[in-house]
Amino acid sequence: MKGRKINPKRFEIGQLKIILLILPLVIFMGMPIIFIINHAFKPMEELFAFPPTFFVKNPTFENFQKLIKFSESSGIPLSRYLFNSLIVTVVTVGLALLLTTMSAFALAKIKFKGRNMLAKINQVAIMFVSTAVLIPRYLVICKLGLIDNLLAHILPLVAMPVALFLVKQFVEQVPDSLLEAAYMDGATDLDIYLKVIMPMIRPAVATAAILVFQQVWTNMETSSYFFSDDSMKTLTFYMNTLVNANNTVAGQGMAAAASLIMFLPNLILFIILQNKVMNTMANSGIK
Amino acid sequence: MEAQANAAQPAVKPAKKRRKNKISRRENNWRGWLFIGPYALIFSIFILVPVFLAVILSFTNFNAIEFPKFVGFLNYITILTNDAEFMKYVLPNTIIYAVVVGIGGYILSFILAWALCNLTKPVRTVFALILYSPSMTTGVAMTVLWKVIFSGDQAGLLNSWLMELGIITEPILWLTDARYLLPIVIIIGLWSSMGIGFLSMIAGILNTDASLYEAASIDGITNRFQEMIYITIPQMKPQMLFAAVMAIVGAFQNGMISSMLVGNPSPGYASQLLVNHIEDYGFLRYEMGYAAAISVVLLLIVQLFSKGANALLTEKDPYGKAKASKPVKVQAEGKVIK
Repeated sequence: MKGRKINPKRFEIGQLKIILLILPLVIFMGMPIIFIINHAFKPMEELFAFPPTFFVKNPTFENFQKLIKFSESSGIPLSRYLFNSLIVTVVTVGLALLLTTMSAFALAKIKFKGRNMLAKINQVAIMFVSTAVLIPRYLVICKLGLIDNLLAHILPLVAMPVALFLVKQFVEQVPDSLLEAAYMDGATDLDIYLKVIMPMIRPAVATAAILVFQQVWTNMETSSYFFSDDSMKTLTFYMNTLVNANNTVAGQGMAAAASLIMFLPNLILFIILQNKVMNTMANSGIK
Repeated sequence: MEAQANAAQPAVKPAKKRRKNKISRRENNWRGWLFIGPYALIFSIFILVPVFLAVILSFTNFNAIEFPKFVGFLNYITILTNDAEFMKYVLPNTIIYAVVVGIGGYILSFILAWALCNLTKPVRTVFALILYSPSMTTGVAMTVLWKVIFSGDQAGLLNSWLMELGIITEPILWLTDARYLLPIVIIIGLWSSMGIGFLSMIAGILNTDASLYEAASIDGITNRFQEMIYITIPQMKPQMLFAAVMAIVGAFQNGMISSMLVGNPSPGYASQLLVNHIEDYGFLRYEMGYAAAISVVLLLIVQLFSKGANALLTEKDPYGKAKASKPVKVQAEGKVIK
């Protein structure tokens, strides 16, 4: 029993005990995901099957085709929602990353009046529950004349205190001596930000990107409350109305296909970036 | 820039130096605000202002059409004395949900994180991915999924399984029977609670100092449980605090589950949580002043709990302080930043 057991390099029999212990939980957590993937590819007769089946036997793209056909029959084509969602997601993530990294640089490396206060406010705001202020937010959006403007999807989600907190923690790890050397060589703040900080904090940027992406991509509140024009709403909103409008078994297949479309980008992005996320989380501690 | 030049030339006259310092300090302010300004602006408009507005609105009677009318503490008094649904269903539901999903989920995510860290990297990565992925499925994905599983007829997955196993003979109306609603919402809440707090804990455990474990085994710590209590946890308190904050926020803001699954208000208010109550009053009954008062209560509760977590997990011992000043090595999953 000597030595380090955390993060073992090779497999040992002792680990089998732990795997067996947590396996039921892992299965419980993973099952619904496996189920939704299977459900989306089930042909009609399997969706209707009794007793209901868990795994798909003859996978088809029927549900996805039906989804596209159904959207064509309604006034606004699916492509319009997809376009809205893509624009909104790309702009929000881009803008959020820009503003977040800039502020993280300021909070971590520039000494200025109010810095500690700002950092403190942001740390408190991590606990901010956005649903709680939906009404005042709606009023703000009204006052700014942003109702039915795509910006109403974007702006409320740009400032994400958790993302700033994580990136700031990471920027703090960049050694001051490196920055001082660059300043000595005549670099401006902008140079430092672009050429020293940014390349060094890529893991944190990736993590912030994932967090913001998940918020925007699955967000429905903006569509439901800040928009009356259906053609300006997002894919998530459309998929959701679809799911709720079709409570029949036939609609279920379509809804499952829709769910998969909404879920997959999240999953793929996380799989690609998971190493960077773990790297960032090492600095996530609140001291 | 100016500050650096100053530091390089210490041979300036005192008076001049002071003036120069002042200038550079003002310049620093300008530099800092230049970088943080855009974020601060958006943060103010969409987070700070709404919170202040909520506080102001909570003292008014506001129906979204007429101008708000000042009513003093009436809304708060109503919450405490005159809102039967709030006292009878919403508050108890919220407390039960927060305790089970917040505290239970927190403990569960620590145990799972710790277990995963005792495994090799490939196994750990796959398991962590599976455990984390439910937290990505908000909204749409969730609704269909759980509606199929908890469907009240024989075609419902759970009913069909339970009947096959002979545990029940009649299908159970999971989503219309008030008795089952809150437990179902709690199970789904727990299912999706392994978010970034969980990832933070994994990273925290992986970053604990290896030599301490060896030292401890010499000092007579014999099993993994003792190791966890005496070495792992004290070393990762900052991550524990971050995860706690995330757990608290998650426990109070997740009203989506109930309203997506069974609508708002839920049948018999069985799974009505604080956030659902806000939505109910704000957007269905248009009593926005009252809804704002509930929002303020919610924000205060979250703050209170976070203060509690802070008090429990902030490092107080001198050793902790000494450690905190040392930079943390970023080496969780291989890549090292120097």
